[in-house]
Amino acid sequence: MIRVDGRGDSKSLIQVRGLTKTYRRGGEEIHVLQRLNLDVDKGDFVAFMGPSGSGKTTLLNLLGGLDVPSAGGITVDGDEITHMSGSKLTHWRARHVGFIFQMYNLIPVLTAFQNVELPLLLTKLSSSERRHHVETALSVVGLRERMNHYPRQLSGGQEQRVTIARAIVSDPTFLLCDEPTGDLDRKSADEIMALIEELVGKHGKTVLMVTHDPMVAARAHTTLHLDKGVLVEASQLEQGVVAGGVA
Amino acid sequence: MKFWRLIVANLFRKKVRLILTIGSFAIALLLFTFLAVVQSAFNRGIDIAGADRLVIINRIGLIQTMPISYGDRVRAIPGVKYVTQDHWFGGVYQDEKNFFPQFAIDVDNHRQVYPEFKVPDDQWKTFVKDQQGAIAGARTARRFGWKIGDRIPIKNSLYGAAKTWEFNLDGIYSTEKADGDESQFWFHWKNFDENVPAAVKSTAGWYILKLDSPDDAVRVAKTIDAQFANSSYETKTETESAFAASFAKQFGNIQFLIVSIGSVVFFTLLLVTGNTMAISVRERTGELAVLKAIGVTDRSVLFLVLGEAMMIALFGGFLGLLLAWAAIPVLSVALNGLLPPLLLSKAMLSLGLVFAVFVGMVSGLIPGIGAMRMRVVNALRRV
Repeated sequence: MIRVDGRGDSKSLIQVRGLTKTYRRGGEEIHVLQRLNLDVDKGDFVAFMGPSGSGKTTLLNLLGGLDVPSAGGITVDGDEITHMSGSKLTHWRARHVGFIFQMYNLIPVLTAFQNVELPLLLTKLSSSERRHHVETALSVVGLRERMNHYPRQLSGGQEQRVTIARAIVSDPTFLLCDEPTGDLDRKSADEIMALIEELVGKHGKTVLMVTHDPMVAARAHTTLHLDKGVLVEASQLEQGVVAGGVA
Repeated sequence: MKFWRLIVANLFRKKVRLILTIGSFAIALLLFTFLAVVQSAFNRGIDIAGADRLVIINRIGLIQTMPISYGDRVRAIPGVKYVTQDHWFGGVYQDEKNFFPQFAIDVDNHRQVYPEFKVPDDQWKTFVKDQQGAIAGARTARRFGWKIGDRIPIKNSLYGAAKTWEFNLDGIYSTEKADGDESQFWFHWKNFDENVPAAVKSTAGWYILKLDSPDDAVRVAKTIDAQFANSSYETKTETESAFAASFAKQFGNIQFLIVSIGSVVFFTLLLVTGNTMAISVRERTGELAVLKAIGVTDRSVLFLVLGEAMMIALFGGFLGLLLAWAAIPVLSVALNGLLPPLLLSKAMLSLGLVFAVFVGMVSGLIPGIGAMRMRVVNALRRV
């Protein structure tokens, strides 16, 4: 269950309380996120929408431990991440977060296999164990046959599949997707979304996704809108009501 | 080093740039090694000088001579074990470019003073008996294809009218050390003395004496110079290493020249490699950000960049040293007579490798620290 009222149960996988992010630009303070609350349970699939500059990516960066909030806290699976040191946060990310970016961001000089293997190089797994995990992840995304191909030898959709395999290979606690279909044609986008749905439905992954595309957002269990730094659930946005709990 | 594959892959990302950088590195290291070898050649006399040997020269200068009678007077000073004298010959073998040092030596004491020059006993005995005899260093003999029994004609115009002196090659000396001086040519001082004009007769170019103990060096030197003070031939006595150092200085301030050029080479190399690494890191900002996002630590990112710089340095270093190893013997032959023999020792090769690693490390440090400090959020925004 996803809630944005701050009354979620303490068993929620992700708990965000009073999250505030303020930037200073040219002496002016820009309040990107204002005392934002969010509760996400394991296996939830939530999409964040909102106009450009509304703070969607900032929220994703904060949830992924890539940025630090000006105030408030984020707890993931019992770990309060907002006060972690830089190096602790790095280790935490390696264990708990899988990132899927709009531009894929694969290493062009490494094959699909080697790209997917990267997060596992940070673990103590042996070479054969790593191979097993990588082949499994590539099988999940349907690219096991192309594991020795370089990114330039793959289509955009296939590159994004490799990115997804890289994100899931270490079995992270949750996945963060920043416009995962933003650079793809409709057909490829559908395939990627079907894959993400499969990860949620079949493999029980928790996914938080930022998108501009309402059709993509519609595939999520819940769509939340960021408006003026506050999260609003889609149906309530239509009714003009500030969000409560959403099943 | 689980990331070695990534380091290697990144290295070969821009092949032309890699080849040019490694090429620059190799050429610069070749130049650096050459400079180091030249400096070492000039300092070799200082390095191999015996701690228990003193050299006496005329106080006015090295080209002024001293009476041969000084030898016996010096020998009588307590603490002096052996005394021998040399005289510079300065002849020309076939052509002026075929330079090698020739000395008229005192055959009775030379071996005792210079035990590091090895001559087989039978050859030495033949030489001692043969007043027209000569002994050549192994390097010089090899250079001109001489063998024992050859007749060696050497033209000389320093002592009276120009004439050709003929010597019988009775022996070939060698040294135990790889960088020992095997270029000299010795013949009898008596032969010299009998064939030079009266003004040069009964003179020595310089004396070399071996002490009972190196601790006596200062006292003996002072005693000698005091003994000949206010005479027509005042002396200047110094340790052999000090003598070799002042001899090397006659060529100018080689040390300063070499250090100056070496520094320019070093900084150029640093800038070339540093620039390559900076461009390379800048091109990969997004990739480095992704690596950090998935959990690669800042320190590992620094090592990735340093590893790449070190690989360039090692490739370039090995290539440069290989070129030096091939080129220095050729240069040494080509520059024969202009420079002392150039020898690329193992120590010099190790120094070159250490230098390469150091340059690699320093050149990768600034872009590496930049990559380490890069904020993932900012870097991803730039992609």
